[in-house]
Amino acid sequence: MLTNTTQAATRDSGEPAGNDLVQVEQLSIRYGARCVLSGVDLTAGAGHITALIGPSGCGKTSLLTTLNRLCDLVSGCQVEGTVRIGGRDVRSDDVDVLQLRRRVGMIFQKPNPFPLSIRRNLDLPLREHGLTDHAERMERIETALRSVGLWDEVKDRLETSALALSGGQQQRLCIARALALKPQVLLLDEPCSALDPISTGVIEDLLLRLRGQLTQIVVTHNLAQARRIADDVAFFWTTDGTGRLVERGPADQVFASPQDPLTQAYVAGRSG
Amino acid sequence: MTTTPGEPGLLDHANWTVRPSAAHRGLDRAVAVVVWSVAAAITLVFAWLVGSIVWRGAGEISWGYLTGPVLDAGRGGGIGPVLVSTLLILLVCLAVSVPLGLGTAILLAEFSPRQNRFGRLVRRSLDVLAGVPSIVFGLFGNAFFCVWLGMGFSIVSGGLTLACMVLPILIRATEEGFRSVPDEYRLAAAALGMSRTAAIRHLLLPAAVPGLVVGLVLGIGRALAETAALIFTSGYVTRMPESLWDSGRSLSIHIFDLSMNVAGGNDRAHAAALVLIVLLLALNGAASWMAHRWLHRQVMTA
Repeated sequence: MLTNTTQAATRDSGEPAGNDLVQVEQLSIRYGARCVLSGVDLTAGAGHITALIGPSGCGKTSLLTTLNRLCDLVSGCQVEGTVRIGGRDVRSDDVDVLQLRRRVGMIFQKPNPFPLSIRRNLDLPLREHGLTDHAERMERIETALRSVGLWDEVKDRLETSALALSGGQQQRLCIARALALKPQVLLLDEPCSALDPISTGVIEDLLLRLRGQLTQIVVTHNLAQARRIADDVAFFWTTDGTGRLVERGPADQVFASPQDPLTQAYVAGRSG
Repeated sequence: MTTTPGEPGLLDHANWTVRPSAAHRGLDRAVAVVVWSVAAAITLVFAWLVGSIVWRGAGEISWGYLTGPVLDAGRGGGIGPVLVSTLLILLVCLAVSVPLGLGTAILLAEFSPRQNRFGRLVRRSLDVLAGVPSIVFGLFGNAFFCVWLGMGFSIVSGGLTLACMVLPILIRATEEGFRSVPDEYRLAAAALGMSRTAAIRHLLLPAAVPGLVVGLVLGIGRALAETAALIFTSGYVTRMPESLWDSGRSLSIHIFDLSMNVAGGNDRAHAAALVLIVLLLALNGAASWMAHRWLHRQVMTA
């Protein structure tokens, strides 16, 4: 069933304009009366890693949650503008939100494995998405764990609690859990900020390996990290409590010759 | 507290290893003595209570006592029918209150935000209900189940009345169980495209089991201890009940009757009280074991 919908999705979407899998136009987000993000135009190229950088509280995480409609769960959150993934308007009423979230995975700042065994952490979502065949699920689980480099570390203790893993392993497990659902887009909200430098390095290598297979959008406060992994960079800044997109472009261009004075100051470490 | 060196401050830096003053030590000791003696007094009261029941009741307990019919208003024979009635009343009570309680708790914790008007109204009503004296529940049960619904004095009437009494406790404790589950599990499940039902069934319910068990323990305790409400509803017939529509006497009513209305029934009352306490402990243990075995086992902490 999973494979069917994926095929259907690619067939329906046709050729997305300019190879941009994710297209955001004139996006504004407000929580009640407070506008946290205004007038954002952003694209993320298929297979690229797009880094969203900027100071805290400028709406980067809110932007991520509009892409998988997790923002629906926040009461008082109003979104305006268009969000297209694979050419489809994800905000239209006839979108199956559960299917959307399967295709647009999300990784959080703090690793959040379920209090279940390592195997059940991956098994449960697969089953919920209608994969009834046990052997096929096991195969998917192994593939996903291998792709995050966790298989050899956990293959002998798949039935033990996922909470016993280290922070870095837990985060890789969460990535594997999302990958097992074969998403097209992976949203990562500061995926390394709770991890030590070595685990961070492992995760960064993993994201670089996944590049090309799926489209990744990474929120990060770590400029060095953005430099290391990002193909494209979008810089956000807050004015009067409202975040807006200041500059975007290929990573080397934004870091080497930023156009906007705000970006120049931030990238040089003089602000933010 | 910081002081500049050389200047005499609140903390004398030269003498910081010196023992606390005698006054301080005296106060510490006094507080320790008070705290320990209060704890000891409470333990003593409990020990006395259990001790006296065991002391006076244990002699009567035998297989024949537990299974035999009630003879001579309880002075002779056993408590077989009473035990059966008690368990049946409890069964009816739990069969009704656990599913209802679980459903309401899920509604309150998962589907209505804390500030929600409807949720607040339900919660307020439950808190009021939990504080209503049991005799009022008895009158209500009698008027509603026995008379209005025509169930008469029966085990069903008694069980349903108890269910009304137990529900508020069960719901609030289970709701707390659900609320204590971290939001990140809900968020993680949603981000993986899992439906809310699936998240509740596979993650939240198992993780909320400790709360459910607290509710069950309190609920079973209240149901087994109940006397006043049952006099009006399940009656005090000592015959072995033939169906749920028969009247039946619960253990608590039996104890009350023996100690108040039957001359020379005091030792038998203590024996019945001992059975009641053991039954309570056994049922609580069983409820907690089953909940953990069936639900909580699915989740594993590190």
